[in-house]
Amino acid sequence: MLELAIGIILGCCALGAGAAMIAGIGPGIGEGNAVAKACEAIGRQPESRGQVTTTMLMGCAVAETTGLYALIIALLLIFLAPGRFVNILMRTIG
Amino acid sequence: MQNDLRRFRLTDGLLLALTLLPIVCGMAIKILFVPPGEGMDIAGAAIFFTIHAPLQELPITESQVNSWLVVLLMLFFSLWVTHGIRTGVSTKRQLLAEWVVEKTDGLVNDNMGPFFAGFSPLVGAVLALSACSSLLTLFGLFPPTSDLNVVGGWAIFVFFLITYYKLRCGPDYYLKSFAEPVSFLAPMNVISELATPVSMAFRHFGNVLSGVVISTILGAALQGLTASLLGWLPGVLGQIPFLQIGIPAVLSIYFDLFSGCLQAFIFAMLTMLYVANAFSLDVFQARQNKKKKIQSVS
Repeated sequence: MLELAIGIILGCCALGAGAAMIAGIGPGIGEGNAVAKACEAIGRQPESRGQVTTTMLMGCAVAETTGLYALIIALLLIFLAPGRFVNILMRTIG
Repeated sequence: MQNDLRRFRLTDGLLLALTLLPIVCGMAIKILFVPPGEGMDIAGAAIFFTIHAPLQELPITESQVNSWLVVLLMLFFSLWVTHGIRTGVSTKRQLLAEWVVEKTDGLVNDNMGPFFAGFSPLVGAVLALSACSSLLTLFGLFPPTSDLNVVGGWAIFVFFLITYYKLRCGPDYYLKSFAEPVSFLAPMNVISELATPVSMAFRHFGNVLSGVVISTILGAALQGLTASLLGWLPGVLGQIPFLQIGIPAVLSIYFDLFSGCLQAFIFAMLTMLYVANAFSLDVFQARQNKKKKIQSVS
């Protein structure tokens, strides 16, 4: 029974980590849009290439934040959460 | 004259050796004190020893030691670059030093305005510290920026700077900035104020850490693949890690070189933008003028 409980905890942590990384879609689309627009801008005004690139990289980095939050949640779920949850389980069982 | 030249060369060589020494030290420390991981091992910074402080235990970790090494490296590198610097005489390294200083000054001037001209040493230091810390992965050392505590400390420092420059415009300006655009949104503004250092720290930490994790996973995967492809060969032949040659280097160009430098640039850039946005020169000058008037009246 205990093995089953621990197995459920581990499996759910892994599933949760995978589900958390669905958030990677958002930054992907967002950064794609940003780069597309930057390419258009450079195409229209090639002389402003340096400034557009810098601004685009800044914007990409800021847009990436949500994806990185998801990454950190996923890492916590993989590396930290199982131990904690198993400890809690052990304590409740006694 | 001859003697002077020799002394100059000697100091030069000494400084250059001292620049490279921290990296060698870091490698030696890693080999001697950090237990080798087995297979796919993604652990945090290794703890060397713990100081028993009265309030809380103070662990000295790999990230702290590596940050000290980076600081030493940068110190000696700056000394080497500025050694024998003169007006008019242009050695190559003097040109390099002048280029760095000019670029940093220009960056600060473009993004923050002339009032913040004194910020360029800080911005340059943040940029160099962050970039060198991330680039430590090239030598196989633990990058301090993949420890949340290190970048968290930097982000909290930036948060204090933001608050300081808001308060310089007067306490009423600081309090009023929370009631923008309407007063009932104040809790939201408090949250977004606190989210600034959190998001800065997480952005830098997450980017570097994801690079480290992906490199480790790729290394383990290639190891497994090589073992399954060549494992049946007898003796030493089966243990040649032929897939692990070169392939991780391609990813390393993106994750270690490009991402590390980019994140350093972004951290410095965000520091500048946040501090410059927190400060309003008009309000500050109006306040100074008012103070002067009060002083002259009394």
